[in-house]
Amino acid sequence: MLILTCPNCGLTAEESELAPGGEAHLKRFGPGSEDADFEGYLFQRANPKGVHFERWRHAYGCGKWFLAARCTVTLEVFGTYPAQTTEPPTEIVNKIKAKRPDWSLS
Amino acid sequence: MRRYSAFAIAREAFRHHLGWERAWASPAPKSRYDVIIVGAGGHGLATAYYLGKNHGITNVAVIEKGWLGGGNTGRNTTIIRSNYLQDPSAAIYEKSRSLYENLSQDFNYNVMFSPRGVIMLAQTEHEVRGYKRTAHANALQGVTTEFISPDRVKDLCPIINIDGPRYPVLGGLWQARGGTARHDAVAWGYARACSAMGMDIIQQCEVTGITAQGGKVTGVQTTKGAIGCAKLGIVVAGHSGVLAEMAGFRLPIESVALQALVSEPIKPCMDVVVMANTVHGYMSQSDKGEMVIGGGADGYNNYTQRGSFHHIEETVRALIETFPMISRLKMLRQWGGIVDMTGDRSPIISPTPLGNCFINCGWGTGGFKAIPGSGWATAEMIAGGAPGPLAAAFGLERFREGRFIDESVAAGVAH
Repeated sequence: MLILTCPNCGLTAEESELAPGGEAHLKRFGPGSEDADFEGYLFQRANPKGVHFERWRHAYGCGKWFLAARCTVTLEVFGTYPAQTTEPPTEIVNKIKAKRPDWSLS
Repeated sequence: MRRYSAFAIAREAFRHHLGWERAWASPAPKSRYDVIIVGAGGHGLATAYYLGKNHGITNVAVIEKGWLGGGNTGRNTTIIRSNYLQDPSAAIYEKSRSLYENLSQDFNYNVMFSPRGVIMLAQTEHEVRGYKRTAHANALQGVTTEFISPDRVKDLCPIINIDGPRYPVLGGLWQARGGTARHDAVAWGYARACSAMGMDIIQQCEVTGITAQGGKVTGVQTTKGAIGCAKLGIVVAGHSGVLAEMAGFRLPIESVALQALVSEPIKPCMDVVVMANTVHGYMSQSDKGEMVIGGGADGYNNYTQRGSFHHIEETVRALIETFPMISRLKMLRQWGGIVDMTGDRSPIISPTPLGNCFINCGWGTGGFKAIPGSGWATAEMIAGGAPGPLAAAFGLERFREGRFIDESVAAGVAH
């Protein structure tokens, strides 16, 4: 079972206690933007086979959102960090690079 | 290719069964083909088959990373139905269901199509209204379904508890012509028929890159070397995102794990397929006697072909409430497949931003039932260079244009 540490309340939670929220760090395009940008924001996803940055909500705990870096193949979790982060933190990126030299942040 | 028949069995019985041919050849890849299909699952093989049968294109290779039919084609619960709400869905799924009826005769391979009937239980007032609406829509689309009473549900499937504590059965959407088929046989039958037309089915050959020139595809890089092609069809379900990245575009798709399981085999006790979308579980009995059980997909991106345990727990809990007699059954096997989910839960059959490269994906949790129709429509698109009437509504541009084929509400999540 997938286990993540909620950065908001510090609790370690199993996946049945959490609600997945899809890809993180999407740039929001609202009314007035180009159709292609709006389509990208709403529907198109990186869907990587490997390192994935994603949103989670501690649904049956503190109820707050947070972000996680996780591998979609091995389910290895590289770390969790606050939802108010616009790009993956350097510390987590370095941690991933140390374990996977071929990986780069695209 | 030698035909299978009662006479063939009699003939082989007299010579120690030494005369059976291999069902399909395993050739080394040629340097170039007219069409390359990536993915030898049901949809990929069906696409190749109808390219040959309907359009006379036989210089085709079907390339497979693992073994034939080893992905979602071998990992589903084999339910076949076409009781969808939206017109484009009903058209392609009904085409598919009707092709299944004659598939065994069509390619001389028994796919064990069993039109035993499918009931979708209505267990809330909303579902009653929803399924009545679907039955009316189906009547207009020429798909035979009817809304039936709880008593009729009990008649058709006596092991159902229609007075459940949480969600009593209030009725059901009944499609008498739906049913199941033998999933491996579907892949094997198509493969045998493709091989007989002279197509190359190349297993254990992973595509590692897609080559293009001037915005048009020229071939693929594989673990067995470079192979050139005039047209490329990507039919890889859960790994569509990986192939799309190689081809240089993004898809409105997320890959998640969907699980299924079977019980120990028991004597025949149910001769229909039952889907309970409110409590989220569906069940049928295989010819071997196993209860074949499916439920909901996992919620997060995943390529593990395994799935989370608590989803099985939820599915089994729901089904025990619906079918109390299964509570003492032992579970025999569990497996997971990677399904490609789109935003509107409808598939994508479309040209792509890369010229001469076509994609068929997004069947999500319900691809098996669509194999013949999907192959038919994709072959038509690849042969003609543009989607035909069956595929037209399923283009990639529908997300930009807001023309969704919204089946996530119409069909529940269970497929």
